[in-house]
Amino acid sequence: MKLLVIGTLGGFFSGLFGVGGGTVVVPMLIFWLAYGEREATGTSLAAIVLIAAYGAIDQAIYGNVNPAHAALVGIPALAGVVTGAAVQQRIPERAVSLLFAALLVATAAELIF
Amino acid sequence: MEYVAAGLLGFLGGMLGGLVGVGGGVLFVPALVIFLDQTQVKAEATSLMAIVFVAALGAYRQYGYGNVQVRDGLVMGSMGVLGVVGGVAIANAVSGRTLELMFAALCLVIAVQLVRRVLKGSRPPATDRAPGPP
Repeated sequence: MKLLVIGTLGGFFSGLFGVGGGTVVVPMLIFWLAYGEREATGTSLAAIVLIAAYGAIDQAIYGNVNPAHAALVGIPALAGVVTGAAVQQRIPERAVSLLFAALLVATAAELIF
Repeated sequence: MEYVAAGLLGFLGGMLGGLVGVGGGVLFVPALVIFLDQTQVKAEATSLMAIVFVAALGAYRQYGYGNVQVRDGLVMGSMGVLGVVGGVAIANAVSGRTLELMFAALCLVIAVQLVRRVLKGSRPPATDRAPGPP
């Protein structure tokens, strides 16, 4: 039941603000379902695949997607995500929490300004 | 030069995905708007396409590390699709500014909760190394 709510809210905020559902999903998994940080972030990525795929297909129909530009940021990002996941296994979970808190503050700043 | 900058932000966005489990859109969108001259809407759309592949590879790697509850992820992802439909409908109906400020406030509240949780040490650190500032 909680999973259904978390998933729905993740998608909801994603559709509302264009921020990834992960911003909502990760903390809810940690606080509500007592996930560890690594497990929360890994599982969040799996959910994001589906949410983003739906969004991308929907937007592609409207002709808003630029595949060349997606590749330009996306291909380096593939190297980035492999690196990030590897680094994450080697740092304390508390550091993951603090990084996430910093990301939330940055997201809030981006929304406000 | 712009391409290099966009690629660099892309790499950093991907790192963020691997480190904290978000799609990386928080950096992809500015990269597309600032360096590749896309409008906000098209940047968000293009960012979503990049996120599909980045999140898929990230989830695969995290699965290899034993950090993915596959069933939970699929359930949340499926419900998320419903959520997106609702979110987009509301985004088109309500003043964006109020919603943005409310969500910003929510982000700050969660950030404080996360930091408090770390300071309380509700979970013992995985190693003895003290975490540096983010």
